[in-house]
Amino acid sequence: MVKRRVIPCLDVAEGRVVKGVNFVNLREMGEPVELARRYSELGADELVFLDITATLEGRGPILDVIGRAADELTIPFTAGGGITGVGDARDLLLAGADKVAINRAAFDDPTVLTSLAAEFGSQAVVCAIDARGGEVVTHAGRTPRGRDAVDWSREAVERGAGEILLTSIDADGTRAGYDLELTRAVADAVEVPVIASGGAGDAGHMADAFEAGAEAALIASIVHERPERLPELKAELEEAGWPMRR
Amino acid sequence: MRVAIADYGAGNLRSLSSALVRAGVEPVITVDPEAIREAPLAMIAGVGHVESAAAGLARHGLDDALRERAAAGRPVAGVCVGMQLLFGPSEEGGEGLGLLPGPVRRVRARRVPHMGWNTLAAPRASALLEGLDGADVYFAHSYAAAPDDEDVVAATVDHDGTLVAAVEAGSLAGVQFHPERSGRAGARVLENLVRWSSGA
Repeated sequence: MVKRRVIPCLDVAEGRVVKGVNFVNLREMGEPVELARRYSELGADELVFLDITATLEGRGPILDVIGRAADELTIPFTAGGGITGVGDARDLLLAGADKVAINRAAFDDPTVLTSLAAEFGSQAVVCAIDARGGEVVTHAGRTPRGRDAVDWSREAVERGAGEILLTSIDADGTRAGYDLELTRAVADAVEVPVIASGGAGDAGHMADAFEAGAEAALIASIVHERPERLPELKAELEEAGWPMRR
Repeated sequence: MRVAIADYGAGNLRSLSSALVRAGVEPVITVDPEAIREAPLAMIAGVGHVESAAAGLARHGLDDALRERAAAGRPVAGVCVGMQLLFGPSEEGGEGLGLLPGPVRRVRARRVPHMGWNTLAAPRASALLEGLDGADVYFAHSYAAAPDDEDVVAATVDHDGTLVAAVEAGSLAGVQFHPERSGRAGARVLENLVRWSSGA
């Protein structure tokens, strides 16, 4: 049986790790590859680097981060954030990312997913979907797109996505638990793994997401404050009946 | 020891290359058939499809170089799609090098791709997987080799049914998982692989 995964997410702005609440009030938390290595040592199953740099000029550093991460990490990682199309995604994969997470560029032009899956295999293509009240939103949660997130996830998989990174904007940063209804609806609708994201506060929330059908749980603020929390969370999940990787 | 990694244009070979450096060897990513012929160990890695990978190998004459090596009993190792390339026709389209008999089939399970850490069952003695029975390693694939000859299977993994996780037969070895992304267990696989290739 494949183990459920615990995935710390590092929000990276201009080469530094930051974390906010509901996508605003960003606080700086450290050097990405250093923090990544720390999480890897503490038992992270996988990592996500999400570039949330606000300007085009600030985007350079992420390729350097991804390249160094590829050299130094011994666990898989996904690069995402601000990918504008096939070109950006290729750059990140060629720099050494195991997978890319594509959000708005895929929603605007789903053939991006197909092109990347044809070249790199669908296991390298993650469709990131942000939802508020079940509706797809883009532009860091600012733009509602008038489409049901479950419906879009189904199409994204048909187009070539090998995984769905599903973030509830309502729950993000609240530590009140994942949006279980949304997670269950998407996990039931698609055959690919679903990563639940947004709202993790404790191991119970993560277990709930697994119960709802998520293959993986994304966590951020709860471990950034105290990375040693990570092995504790995994031990608690193991105790709750979710075998973790050894 | 030099390890020649066949570069057929499938991108991400950097992680494997870095992991091989940690395993104490000198990896060279190359499109030169001569380098593939001469190195003590040749590897096929990367991501994508059997069809595009096979075409990429053929474009540079690397397919013949690998076949010659195999025929001469010199070690060839495949990782992920590289392992699938040791086999015959793939349900995804295209055909591997046919060094080991058997097709490559679509994974049939509730969740495809088979993605994440899963436990190796390696009951029989093999140089490649020594000390790794019961270890968790990282998989990310939708297709898997189905060897005709069960004796080549060095390890399996359970994902709503049994999948072949590793093969070892004479001078040929393959792993479906990603040793370069499998933490300490993966590092051990690469160290075993290096040792195996000097004895194979």
